[in-house]
Amino acid sequence: MTTQPTTAPLLEMRGIVKRFPGVLALGGVDLDVRPGEVHCLLGQNGAGKSTLIKVLSASYQPDEGEVLWEGRPVALPTPQSAMRLGISTIYQELDLVPGLSVAENIFLGHELSSGGMSQRGRTNRAAADLLARLGHGEISPTREVGRLTPAAQQIVSMARALSQDTRLLVLDEPSAVLDQGEVDNLFRVIRDLTAEGVAVVYISHRLEEIRQIGDRITVLKDGRTVATGLAVAETPTADLITLMTGRSIEYVFPPRGDAVVTTGEPVLEVSDLELAGVFSGVDLRVHAGEIVGLAGLVGAGRSEILETVYGARRASAGTVRVNGRELRRGSVPAAVKAGLGLAPEERKSQGLLLDQAVYRNVTVSTLGRFARLGFLDSGDERRRAAEVTQSLDVRPAGVDRLVRLLSGGNQQKVVLARWLLRECRVLLLDEPTRGVDVGARAEIYAVVRALADSGVAVVVVSSEVEEVLGLADRVLVVREGRVVHEGPAHEIDESRVLDLVMEGSAA
Amino acid sequence: MSEHRTTPGTDGPDLAAVENPVAPSNDSVRVEHAAAEPEGTSRGAGLMSGAFGRNLGLVLALLVICVVGVVTAGDRFASVDNMVTILRLASIVGVVSIGMTFVITGGGIDLSVGAIVALSSVWASTFATQTMAEDTHWLVMVFTALAVGGACGLVNGVLIAYGNIVPFIMTLAMLASARGLAEIISERRTQIVRVEGFKDFWSADVLGVPLLVVIFALVSVGGWFLFNRTTFGRRTLAVGGNPEAARLAGINVKRHTVLLYVLVGLCCGLAALMYLARTSTGSSTHGTLLELDVIAAVVIGGTLLTGGRGTIVGTVIGVLIFSTLSNVFVLNNQDSSTQAVAKGLIIVVAVLLQQRLARRSTTT
Ligand SMILES: Nc1ncnc2c1ncn2[C@@H]1O[C@H](COP(=O)(O)OP(=O)(O)OP(=O)(O)O)[C@@H](O)[C@H]1O
Ligand SMILES: [Mg+2]
Repeated sequence: MTTQPTTAPLLEMRGIVKRFPGVLALGGVDLDVRPGEVHCLLGQNGAGKSTLIKVLSASYQPDEGEVLWEGRPVALPTPQSAMRLGISTIYQELDLVPGLSVAENIFLGHELSSGGMSQRGRTNRAAADLLARLGHGEISPTREVGRLTPAAQQIVSMARALSQDTRLLVLDEPSAVLDQGEVDNLFRVIRDLTAEGVAVVYISHRLEEIRQIGDRITVLKDGRTVATGLAVAETPTADLITLMTGRSIEYVFPPRGDAVVTTGEPVLEVSDLELAGVFSGVDLRVHAGEIVGLAGLVGAGRSEILETVYGARRASAGTVRVNGRELRRGSVPAAVKAGLGLAPEERKSQGLLLDQAVYRNVTVSTLGRFARLGFLDSGDERRRAAEVTQSLDVRPAGVDRLVRLLSGGNQQKVVLARWLLRECRVLLLDEPTRGVDVGARAEIYAVVRALADSGVAVVVVSSEVEEVLGLADRVLVVREGRVVHEGPAHEIDESRVLDLVMEGSAA
Repeated sequence: MSEHRTTPGTDGPDLAAVENPVAPSNDSVRVEHAAAEPEGTSRGAGLMSGAFGRNLGLVLALLVICVVGVVTAGDRFASVDNMVTILRLASIVGVVSIGMTFVITGGGIDLSVGAIVALSSVWASTFATQTMAEDTHWLVMVFTALAVGGACGLVNGVLIAYGNIVPFIMTLAMLASARGLAEIISERRTQIVRVEGFKDFWSADVLGVPLLVVIFALVSVGGWFLFNRTTFGRRTLAVGGNPEAARLAGINVKRHTVLLYVLVGLCCGLAALMYLARTSTGSSTHGTLLELDVIAAVVIGGTLLTGGRGTIVGTVIGVLIFSTLSNVFVLNNQDSSTQAVAKGLIIVVAVLLQQRLARRSTTT
């Protein structure tokens, strides 16, 4: 990972301006990337990172500014023209075709064919090679992509990028869907690529990742470059945070309420819950005011546990009780009525109504409260939605914006806002800070803790062990559909959790 | 033009204005015209690209057809009588289209509307039903038509929501069997309506406006409120826009789906009564190919065929466009084949225009 400062940049972007109706997403951004380096792009939610890379991949046309490739100005009228230069992009929102096979997705648009006939065998073999190179030979090239886990889909996207002659690989928050082991694997692949001279632009909100993999950093704030070409090794994290947010944030978890009473009746009591083939024998007791964290690998069954508790999946055995009353199996309305709320893992497909205004997304679970005889008072709806979105600092602040037009992290906050408004008794949070920036993370942690302090029982699933340990009072470690450890969060550390999580795969 | 503009509920421009209260934006970042559109249609900013712009485009299209009507048919077109004729022509398609707007916005489709209309009209005018109506009250016929329509919708809805049959297939099956049943019941004969009370009531005028037109107006206004101002309408948008997200948000998606098909079934029952009134007959051929006219009107109105976005005002204007068009053709003694070609062209042009507007505001 050494970059000679003398190397000529592979890519330069100069004074890029991009306006959307009513919003200046990029107001003159500069970026230069050298061959063989990992260039990190940092910035708060909505700073313009995704927009910048969409300009680079030519899926957006900039209003002003120029792009230089190996020192020469280039025009990028279509995404194909960017691909021809060797720019491959993995977007924040995965863009695979769910109905096609893994191999077909990898070679979509540049199919291996002879005389117009697609060559299945060759395609599948080439796909298998690429997947093996990424350390995921277990993904079958003939599998339908829609049936893969988000993490595996991410790998397929990577394979797709590598299937072309890539000179610049752009990764927009690739680690958001990955767990620790998979992130390490991703970094290994990135190192292999940079060793061959490929340049990488890497976007992430996890600063510790930047430390591990990055060479240089460009920081965006409100659509402008506030710092560029910072050497990772010489820039303290605190400085980065100040550059990004304009203020200094203590990146710490809120103090635990030590007054949690865990002796009385639990609010949520799950006994011997089973979803055939996925998990079994799960017991979970959460008291009012308590935060319980579920740690484990992606695919260990954590999300499924939450969804089954919530009734979105029909348990094959076991019971879920809220305040002592048993919930009907497989019924979300019953769970919601009993005071459960779930912020799902996949915000786009499971959480949001993308083509609806922010306030409608926030109030969708509480509509009854704003209605008289079925007639809605949308003024009241907007007011209440504005209150909760402001408390989470959703930007831009208007509640009449379409959710589709918000940046990824802000969309996540909209999902959370929905359940804040509902004032649930039990809140199930699946990856609550996925794609959320440092500043807003601290706010979300504070909000979750404040909710717990007000008497809500909270269950948090997160792929970031640090988050589970920092936020939760009690931790459950899940491996292959079984709870393998349960105990207070302060009695266990990150490496022990990782050991527990990995044990099975090591054996 | 002015005559038909004053009809409540069919008043395109005014309703469009109601639909777009330009709320002052209080964003820290200035957001130009990101004002709320209660119909949930806006894809962004800019006057022309919102629901308002789209409806404006439709109104313009309607005006163009009217101008053609005035130029080619003169006073025969621009008379109060003719306007009433157009509206009466529009009313049956219109009532069903309002129901269809809900189903399509909710992510479904109903191909069986024409067949349900036929079955309802036949069932409500059988010898037995009419005898009973004469013995008791003509409302018996009304209840019969609505019950048959609603029941067909219920069957569609339950099998789609709980039987997991694709809406297209389920309603295609209903299309075949409902019309078949109508033929069996009526023995393929036209059934004359002889209940005097029914005929008197349904052929009456309200302040000079035919009852059928009044019904269309009331259903439109009622539909607009249901769509834009109630939890039912909001849930319809949610269910059509992202069923999984709606489910996880606690909405009972299956039950809502059933309700949507029952709603359109009831609209079909009402439309059957309107057929009985207009033609004084019940017949298994009523409403043949009605589904095509209805879906065309809903789609050119701006409702997204994939669900999640819909507009009642657009649907009403869409219905008026087609009925005005066929009126102009009839006045000019053009045959129905030319008319069909023009209809096809209008659909394509309207959809192309809408796509342009949508693209302009998303800039992808
Ligand atoms: N198609 C669009 N139309 C209108 N505004 C948009 C559009 N896409 C993005 N924006 C706005 O542009 C700004 C920059 O968004 P962008 O997605 O680039 O942020 P980001 O830095 O990637 O944030 P995150 O970390 O949350 O992903 C945001 O204010 C966003 O709301
Ligand atoms: Mg982004």
